[in-house]
Amino acid sequence: MSAEIPGDLKFLKSHEWVRVEGDGRATIGISDHAQGLLGDLVYVELPEAGDDVQAGSACAVVESVKAASDVYAPVSGKVVEVNAALADKPETINEDAFGDGWLFVVQMSEPEQVNELLSPDDYAEQVENDEH
Amino acid sequence: MTRKTILNDTHRAMGAKMVDFGGWDMPIHYGSQIDEHHLVRRDAGMFDVSHMTVVDLEGERAREFLRMLVANSVDKLKAPGKALYTAMLNPQGGVIDDLIVYYMSESWFRLVVNAATRDKDLAWITAQAQPFAVSVTERPEYGMVAVQGPNAREKVLGLLRESDRTRIGKLGRFAAGEAQTLDGIPVFVARTGYTGEDGFEVIVPEDRTVAFWNALHAAGVGPAGLGARDTLRLEAGMNLYGQDMDETVSPYEAALGWTVALDEGRGFNGRDVLEQQQANGAPRQMIGVVMDEKGVLRHGQKVLTTNGDGEILSGTFSPTLGKAIAFARVPAGDLSGGVRVDIRGREVPVRVVKFPFVRDGKPQDGI
Repeated sequence: MSAEIPGDLKFLKSHEWVRVEGDGRATIGISDHAQGLLGDLVYVELPEAGDDVQAGSACAVVESVKAASDVYAPVSGKVVEVNAALADKPETINEDAFGDGWLFVVQMSEPEQVNELLSPDDYAEQVENDEH
Repeated sequence: MTRKTILNDTHRAMGAKMVDFGGWDMPIHYGSQIDEHHLVRRDAGMFDVSHMTVVDLEGERAREFLRMLVANSVDKLKAPGKALYTAMLNPQGGVIDDLIVYYMSESWFRLVVNAATRDKDLAWITAQAQPFAVSVTERPEYGMVAVQGPNAREKVLGLLRESDRTRIGKLGRFAAGEAQTLDGIPVFVARTGYTGEDGFEVIVPEDRTVAFWNALHAAGVGPAGLGARDTLRLEAGMNLYGQDMDETVSPYEAALGWTVALDEGRGFNGRDVLEQQQANGAPRQMIGVVMDEKGVLRHGQKVLTTNGDGEILSGTFSPTLGKAIAFARVPAGDLSGGVRVDIRGREVPVRVVKFPFVRDGKPQDGI
């Protein structure tokens, strides 16, 4: 059931992913494993374009039928784009967590923070360990 | 020690995500809680409720004992097979548990009580039964499957032997009867449920429960988990013990006044407290609320009214309505000054509405 983890992503332990695009931008979302834990998503609260987010601090909320969960920013920066389509179709995160279910894009202020994040293999291993 | 129902392996084979529920390892969903919710509203779904506790009361004075034990009047049970929903109270009028009483015969009544409250219920009932010389016997050798939805009864009837179909098909709401399936499984079929849809709850010998479940599946009934069971019952305006009421809450404070019978001359546990509340009003009330803004109402959120603060009891996203609904307990009094809920520091207005929120698959007027 679990989607393959794309090789170009980096992860926080708390299940957020980040994809570094060109020009210092980074797209952020939650992992397929996280959406599976939450179950059917029904509501997403996103930051606004122009907001500053700090690495490690809560900047969005995803709510499923079951629970509300904070989303932590993997990197610091200014929000330059949010996935407005999620307002009407939060279930997109259930269907495609690593693709169309992205949450927002930041212009990174400290791009070297990416080096401290987990690689796909390390993240997969952590998920594996959580399940046993 | 986590307990498992006889269907545990079957749930896992069907792809269920399992969670701990009151010490039981139970399926929360088999893929999508929302899909399972709609399945029950639109067609037929089945729930494993084998974790619920079946208790048989036997003895000449069983009815007399029940008159004292529960707040509703078992004298409403006139024909064998009839069932009654009621609360079992402590002397302070608080709810020990809610349960269903089935009238089997004058010397035999069957109770179905909650799984999470099993131990304290059995201890309480056993102690209370002693002076009446009524025996209290748990029946763990049964499994239980709830089949719910507009097509649920038809699906179950199709599995029964020809000679039982008409009689079971004619059961009224809150009535039950014994029957046999086509392959000879003896079943106890009750026209009850916890979803707001028509359907049956079926008690099956434990060693035949998997076969019965598989036969339902083959007949086109899909499995539904405890997640969908929770959203369905809340839409249907039904209380969940431990969340909507407990031993510190009277039936009047849990919108269960309709289950209290203050019939002449019947001394039941907690009656004097209830009579006082009936005369003077209970200090708190349980209300139904709907939130039109985006977001989800959840257990424990603070509720603000002009009479003082309360809290969200059961709260969820309603799949049928596409918005959040909840029960809340707030101080008694008029609420026309508005009700707001504190959601992560934001005060969001909600509308007070009558419940059920959804009945027979349809949103109620004004919701």
